[in-house]
Amino acid sequence: MIARRTTRREFVAALAALAASGRLGATPEAVDEAMRKITGGAQPRPGRVKLEVPPLIENGNSVVLSVHVESPMTEADHVKAIHVFAPKNPLPNMISVYLTPRAGRAQFTTRVRVADTQTLMAMAQMSDGSLWLDRVDVVVTLAACTEEVK
Amino acid sequence: MARAILQVPASARRGEIVELRALIGHVMETGFRRTESGGLVPRDIIRELVCTYNGAEIFRADFHPAVAANPLIVFTTVATESGRIEFRWTGDNGFSASESATIAVA
Repeated sequence: MIARRTTRREFVAALAALAASGRLGATPEAVDEAMRKITGGAQPRPGRVKLEVPPLIENGNSVVLSVHVESPMTEADHVKAIHVFAPKNPLPNMISVYLTPRAGRAQFTTRVRVADTQTLMAMAQMSDGSLWLDRVDVVVTLAACTEEVK
Repeated sequence: MARAILQVPASARRGEIVELRALIGHVMETGFRRTESGGLVPRDIIRELVCTYNGAEIFRADFHPAVAANPLIVFTTVATESGRIEFRWTGDNGFSASESATIAVA
């Protein structure tokens, strides 16, 4: 009997299974859960929030990320909080910031780690309780968080 | 104590929106990395940054392991009065650091 070699199709299928096994990364449910903890189940609407992050990330260990929200930032109408989520990071929450009308502008910049090619999300909580969401697809060539410590 | 660098304008006009930048040296160890022997490296991150302007809180941030090493935060505030803007970081293993700058408002 001739020993059968692994066909290319089997190899590709095995690779896909390996990739899908999800050794790392939060599940979509984990992101929903993280968002629900903040929103109490209310659905955020698209708009008003602008998440700025490079679409192609060469090194996921340090990625400049900015969020800007359209808001007059007055006592009556301001952004109370901005939350950023990464569904495929080991933890879905990235950062939350809390603002007051004294900010003048509803925006911030920081540097984050991105573990995998995924859709990042930024959600703004307004003083009137409304929720707004922006999504940005990013492609990561070198992932963060997973390398061994030498 | 960790080294922190602030960029706060020395002076501003009353009502002007000024940009504040704060950088602090910290490894922000995620708690998800493994050593060669397979053991998890314990998490060691800054959990929170609070910024106060003459004692009143103007900005707060909750950090998670997704915040990169040596956390940088840039945001804005309205220059209301002359005084002191203070940043305080707290985190795992009893980490605590603060840095402040003065601003003159005309």
